[in-house]
Amino acid sequence: MLKFLEMGGYAAYVWPSYALTALVVGLNIYWARRSLREAREETRRRLSSARAKA
Amino acid sequence: MSTQRLGFADAARGLVARDLRLALRRSGDTLQPLGFFLVVTTLFPLALDPELSRLRDIAPAALWVGALLSSLLALDRLFREDAQDGTLEQLALSGWPFAGLLLAKTAVHWLMTGLPLVVIAPLAATALGAPYAAMPGILASLLLGTVALSLIGAVGAGLTMSLSRNGSLLALLVLPLAVPVLIFGARATALAIAGEPLGGPLYLLAALAVLGATLAPWALAAAVRIGLE
Amino acid sequence: MAWVWLHRFGSPPYFYRVATLLTPWFGWAAALLCAAGLIGGLVLAPPDYQQGEGFRILYVHVPNAWLSLSTYVVMAVSAFVGLVWRINVAHAVAASCAAIGASFTAVALATGMLWGRPMWGTYWEWDPRLTSELLLLFLYLGYMGLRNAIDDTGRADRASAVLAIVGVVNVPIIHYSVIWWNSLHQAPSVMKFGKPTMATSMLVPLLLMWAGFTALFVALLLIRARGEVLRRERNARWTVDVVGATQEAA
Repeated sequence: MLKFLEMGGYAAYVWPSYALTALVVGLNIYWARRSLREAREETRRRLSSARAKA
Repeated sequence: MSTQRLGFADAARGLVARDLRLALRRSGDTLQPLGFFLVVTTLFPLALDPELSRLRDIAPAALWVGALLSSLLALDRLFREDAQDGTLEQLALSGWPFAGLLLAKTAVHWLMTGLPLVVIAPLAATALGAPYAAMPGILASLLLGTVALSLIGAVGAGLTMSLSRNGSLLALLVLPLAVPVLIFGARATALAIAGEPLGGPLYLLAALAVLGATLAPWALAAAVRIGLE
Repeated sequence: MAWVWLHRFGSPPYFYRVATLLTPWFGWAAALLCAAGLIGGLVLAPPDYQQGEGFRILYVHVPNAWLSLSTYVVMAVSAFVGLVWRINVAHAVAASCAAIGASFTAVALATGMLWGRPMWGTYWEWDPRLTSELLLLFLYLGYMGLRNAIDDTGRADRASAVLAIVGVVNVPIIHYSVIWWNSLHQAPSVMKFGKPTMATSMLVPLLLMWAGFTALFVALLLIRARGEVLRRERNARWTVDVVGATQEAA
């Protein structure tokens, strides 16, 4: 197990690479879903205010 | 009112004459980018070393970065005023090929900004240690390079002409696209200074200029039309 | 036949429905493929002859680099479709690509630097691959900057479409000029930024990661595009059903 974590001495480069990738992937998922959520809420708001004016 | 409609050639000629007249009238504006070019190329020795033999090594970089930046400066003015006073709109609606008219405008722009830069470049190059024998090569590369830069930059200017003065966006758009011109041009200049044959990069530079002249009109027309909406 | 298909996808409600249905499939496919790829790449593949365990960075660097470029192409193609055929869905897809592509370009750069440090001795080398990635990042930033600067969505769509098309034509030119430039100045001692010699056990996890990242890209794109389509369909009736705005205002 320790050998795995050590990555033959390259641990300082390998693991940050994977961690950074995982972080950015996670951020992208979060941002994408947030963008969709905001668009939906904005549409909902606009539709109900249009309804109110009608 | 004449019932005979002007052909495109006459219209283009008229546009070129008008633009030239306007540019010459405001010659101060036209000379500013030139002054900027000289100042920038002067900065390099000041930042580095007055030793000419060492300057010779960075001369291509200094000349080309200076040319890039000063052409950026001049680009903002290419379409902005005509967009604001409605001239561009008239041209778009006129029925003449819009791309051709815009190409004519870009040509005038190059005549007033790129060409003077090429003429004055030997002065800057000498100050940076370039030998006399290098001048034809330097002139040729900058000639082709400034043409290509004007074309690429015009597209960027068209895309940003309706935005409030935001010079750095234009730079961000144009500079990455100008990288090939910089690479080949600087290499040609370096070869010229070293006294070696520079046919390779020079031909590539010419190819870029031709490619730009072929594709830019389409992009220009599209960009400016969008900006006029 | 292709036109029927294109026009069907051009219909915003159809696109929205299909995108909603497809997203979980691509999402789970991405998760499974990446999990398999990670196990294969981190555990099962043997260390490289030259680069030892350090080569494993390849399993995240290459998918990101591949995505960074292909996203730009997708962005430019959909921008072209949107511009020429005036299909808003295509513009929505193009807009969705930008942030995804830019972030993968950034990670490709960062992992490239982390890979370079033990191999070359420095974090940065002006080698053609890294330099091209950097310029690609600038192209993305320019695209996003232009979009941000124009308030009207329609005009922003069209202007950035022109930019994306000009950009995609330039990408091969930029790439080859950078390779040419780099070949002039061969750095003497540094090890080439090369892929290790690929045994099958090394290659398979790479293909899995590549496929997984591609599926991830599609999933992210579908999610974002749904939102972008909504934003461009201001007053359309179909949005009511989708968004569930039912209550009458007080």
